[in-house]
Amino acid sequence: MKLTRSQWIRIIVALAVVLAVGACGKKKVASAPPPPPPPPPSPTASLTANPNTIQAGQASTLTWRTDYATDVTIDQLGKVDPSGSRAVTPAESTTYHLVAKNDSGTQEATARITVVSSPPPPQQISSGTDEQLFSENMKDVFFDYDSYDVSAQYQQVLQADARFLQQHPGMKFTIEGHCDERGSTEYNLALGDNRANAAKQILAQLGISANRVRTISYGKEKPFCTESSESCWQQNRRAHFVYQK
Amino acid sequence: MKRYRAILLVLFVLFAIAGMSAQDWIRTGTGLGVEKVRLAVPDFKLVTTDTGTQNLSAIFNVTLWNDLQTAGIFDMVSKSFYPLSVPGAPQEVHLNDWSSPPPNANMLAFGNLGIQGGSLNVQGWLYDAKNPQSPQVLGKQYREPANDANARLIAHRFADEIILRLGGGIAGVAETKLYFVSNRTGSKEIWQMDYDGADQKQLTHMGSIALSPHVSPDGTRVAYSGVTKEGWQILMYSLELGRAVSFQHFSGDNYSPAWSSDGQTIAFSSSRTGDTEIYSVSSTGGSARRLTESKGPDVSPTWNPKTNAQIAWVGGRTGLPQIYTMASDGTNVVRVTDQGYAVSPSWSPNGQFLAFAWIRHYGPGAPGASDIYVMDVASKQWAQLTHEEGRNDFPSWSPDGRHIVFQSSRTGRVQIYSMLADGSEVRQLTTAGENTQPNWSFK
Repeated sequence: MKLTRSQWIRIIVALAVVLAVGACGKKKVASAPPPPPPPPPSPTASLTANPNTIQAGQASTLTWRTDYATDVTIDQLGKVDPSGSRAVTPAESTTYHLVAKNDSGTQEATARITVVSSPPPPQQISSGTDEQLFSENMKDVFFDYDSYDVSAQYQQVLQADARFLQQHPGMKFTIEGHCDERGSTEYNLALGDNRANAAKQILAQLGISANRVRTISYGKEKPFCTESSESCWQQNRRAHFVYQK
Repeated sequence: MKRYRAILLVLFVLFAIAGMSAQDWIRTGTGLGVEKVRLAVPDFKLVTTDTGTQNLSAIFNVTLWNDLQTAGIFDMVSKSFYPLSVPGAPQEVHLNDWSSPPPNANMLAFGNLGIQGGSLNVQGWLYDAKNPQSPQVLGKQYREPANDANARLIAHRFADEIILRLGGGIAGVAETKLYFVSNRTGSKEIWQMDYDGADQKQLTHMGSIALSPHVSPDGTRVAYSGVTKEGWQILMYSLELGRAVSFQHFSGDNYSPAWSSDGQTIAFSSSRTGDTEIYSVSSTGGSARRLTESKGPDVSPTWNPKTNAQIAWVGGRTGLPQIYTMASDGTNVVRVTDQGYAVSPSWSPNGQFLAFAWIRHYGPGAPGASDIYVMDVASKQWAQLTHEEGRNDFPSWSPDGRHIVFQSSRTGRVQIYSMLADGSEVRQLTTAGENTQPNWSFK
């Protein structure tokens, strides 16, 4: 039987493998049992927050570091790596509590992030337009049926209106006179004019220049409310303030 | 004798009922007690018989009949009483068939109608049925391009000729126009229509609010009030140019214009002083003259068209609005109404009457609504023309003084109606949208 060259190579490789494996196995069996590991030292832990005072909505970075610990948790974050850092954005002041454990013991660490309330949002002046400010502050005057007399109640409303207008001397405006649907078209136009001018005259007595004021009557042509009921009619008997751009 | 007693009894019961209902049903007017002329108007005979002629003849016949019936001075003989053969020309008339019962007509209007070469030709006659010797009162011939509008126009002209002859020499109103406010396009604009509601046309296109149209006495311009950038202003629409033309603007709100009957002066209400007052200004512009001097609303002037020396208007100086009169220079103020809520005066063409809207018993739970009244200016005696059918307002006299046009909410939405000045023969003229503040042309 004649072996080819490749058959020889295979036999040599196989022998080498057998020898190598045999040598390893022999060595393992021969090693001594290891001594028991020394008990691990108690864990150490630290937790810091930077910055530790933030405004609502801002972020702070928690950084922690532990040694020897096998189990590390932070109350608010759950199980975490032995060492690490994370950005947090607490909505209110919070004390973060870290617990690092191993078989020998437990170590805790805390860090407090103080959240200060945000400063009051800038005044409506910057968020709303003059027109919005005007319509929020200027209260209309309401009238009795077929009357253009301003009652004591609405004299006070006009005093508040005048204070607002004095604080905003650049604002110009129109007073619209309105009437309920019951009267006649032309008479209501005249009545609406008398209502608008009654409000204008009282504002003038309170120091609001007539140059800032225009008046127009809409009679019963532009009702605020279109039902035929007293509550609706009451809504339509008014001097209505409109910001003039 | 028994029969008379029965009649007396019926009358007594009627008076008792009238008394119990406490209503002010008083009939007034001119020519009351005068027997109305019995007028027969057979359909005009067709000269050509194509469908075009038939369509126009239908329009012509209906319009002529309505004009004569609306005039209020005729007792129209029912067509069912007419002889079978209808005359189209004088030689075809058998007067005896018309003057004797059943038609028993005093007067006979007849004629013929045809289209030739694109023209509508109409011949019309008015015969006195009781005067067989010389029956013809009127003979007229008309020729206009053949269309619906001209069929109506020719009918109106012929009707007015008849009314002029038989109505005491007072011209008829069949060719007059009405100006009014309509919101049918979405905003209140000024509109025009024939006196019978036909041919409604939009005049203004403001897109804001237009109110209170009043046509000039010569019929060339319409003054009205509209919301502009400068508030309410008296505005002017030229009927000749078909567009708005400039008129002087004033400070404050300005509205409710009224023409003097000579066309020289316009009275209106203005808030320029902070209190609404009546002013007058030349109809060509210029400085306005203040006429009233009192606290409270003053609005809705109307001139005495007979003299132009007086103005009636609505004042709120005592609270609820009342009608007042004054000389046209502002002197001699007289309060006309004594109670309730009285607005929208219109002075009759003969200067004798004021028509106005009145809630006579005003207050919570009080009976009555806004109704149209007519008052004799000298004696302050009044008569109620509408009777609690919706809210009635803005009466306006026809130039012959026989009719009043007004607005009413009797069918729900506000529409325009005409009636005889005694409150009878009420006709609805508008249906689309809401229509208000009618104004009858001077001629």
